[in-house]
Amino acid sequence: MDSGHIVIVGAGQAGTQTAEALRSGGFTGAITMLGDEPHGPYHRPPLSKAWLAGDIGEAQLVMRAPEMLAKKGITLRTGVKVEAIDRAAQQVRLAGGETLAYTGLVLATGSTPRSLPLPGITAPNVLPLRSKDDASAIAARLVRCAEKSLPVLVIGGGFIGLEVAATARKKGLAVTVLEAAPRLLGRVLAPLLSDWYAALHRAHGVNLVLDARIAAIETDATGEACAVQMADGSRHPCGLVVLGVGVAANDQLAAAAGLACDRGIVVDDCTRTADPLIVAAGDCTARQLADGGLLRLESVQNATEQGKCAAAALLGQPRPFTATPWFWSDQYDKKLQMAGLSGGADAWAVRGDMGGDVGSNTAAGTTFSIYHFRAGTLIGVDSVNAAKDHLQARKLLDAGVSPTPEQAADAAFDLGSLIPKG
Amino acid sequence: MPTITFIEANGQSTSIDVQEGWSLMQAATANGVEGILGECGGSCACATCHCYVDDLMAKVLAAPSQGELDMLDNVADERRPNSRLACQIKASAAMDGATVRLPATQE
Repeated sequence: MDSGHIVIVGAGQAGTQTAEALRSGGFTGAITMLGDEPHGPYHRPPLSKAWLAGDIGEAQLVMRAPEMLAKKGITLRTGVKVEAIDRAAQQVRLAGGETLAYTGLVLATGSTPRSLPLPGITAPNVLPLRSKDDASAIAARLVRCAEKSLPVLVIGGGFIGLEVAATARKKGLAVTVLEAAPRLLGRVLAPLLSDWYAALHRAHGVNLVLDARIAAIETDATGEACAVQMADGSRHPCGLVVLGVGVAANDQLAAAAGLACDRGIVVDDCTRTADPLIVAAGDCTARQLADGGLLRLESVQNATEQGKCAAAALLGQPRPFTATPWFWSDQYDKKLQMAGLSGGADAWAVRGDMGGDVGSNTAAGTTFSIYHFRAGTLIGVDSVNAAKDHLQARKLLDAGVSPTPEQAADAAFDLGSLIPKG
Repeated sequence: MPTITFIEANGQSTSIDVQEGWSLMQAATANGVEGILGECGGSCACATCHCYVDDLMAKVLAAPSQGELDMLDNVADERRPNSRLACQIKASAAMDGATVRLPATQE
């Protein structure tokens, strides 16, 4: 396909990657990338970390300058909402009525933060964190919290919530984290590591409440959230509520166009939908696995790899995304790097030193990895300040090679020696 | 603003006036240098902004952190004595005129 018009709905990591991969794959037709935000492509990961902390400026969030995209013949339109896909006519309809004809369509629509059915949830200082505008609003509120000595309240002990909590603590603000589950990051981390992160945040002064039952968000006379009321009658005053309770895939456009969706746009391992002209990439997808299950990944790697696959599929050279999933999270001076998917593990081994009990794990030298096994096979590795372990783990998992739990736990054993050469 | 030249594995050369304080990864990716991916947005988490610095740059740079060294141990292309991660290099006036070469692959 070297002519025609490929329309990309979404100008984030996956959309941008797809556009560039189409060009590097030799596509010479027109490419239009439609973003619903007012901004061109930017890096999301720093929003909850370096950018929120004020360590980097707005310009440094830019992923691709719009003029660079133009140079590659990629037309970027921002602030554009796509209202419908007409598959029979091969066109998308934009808000305002304009239609764009396509010969190939990429859905890279991302995800939307979930909300909670709580009284007071619509107060202006109850904010999610997904977009740059969300992060700007939170940053402004953090300044006000600091001025008025008001605590920050985070609902949800997942990655976004905990990263915001760490950033707010670094700024010296009082922080309470409310998590409904009995442990932090329960969907993704083993209990051992959940407990370690709980201890880490408490050592940094976070008031962490597990098994939290929230009754309502209390608003003041101006309509602003001023406290969170708990089911047990207790109350947490605050100047800002950050909602970090997960995201939902933006699959409404696809569903309305009759494409299969199941908490995400269903795609095969080459990012194809049932419509040969339509592919989907990134947070909005649910990838069909060989065993019939569906895999949703919300990560930079998933967005970039599926973006490359989406371009390849549209160029008639489909290739599967089979690389080991990886992910990271920065909290305080600790970098967690995860390789593989450790759900369903029945055994684990710890390499390195987890730093003992509560308090001591803030020590600067703490570095360790947890190796997860199922039926004796390595399925995932979570590393804290152990980048070498992480990168080795990705290679081991890519190659399908398992150390024994004893080898994994033995710091003197060179795991790199198990990685096939070449 | 120091001017820094990026040379890709295919010989393509791009000179960029980099704002002081910006990382070389940010400058390169925002300006369309394709040999640097910087997928993690500069968190020292992905090792896809591997580069080879020249002597001028090497003289100005502080030694890499343990985290950067660990990532460099596992870069996709050949690791050399002058290998660094572009996301960990903050531009400064002293780097004016420096050249950074990029490996053929980042992943």
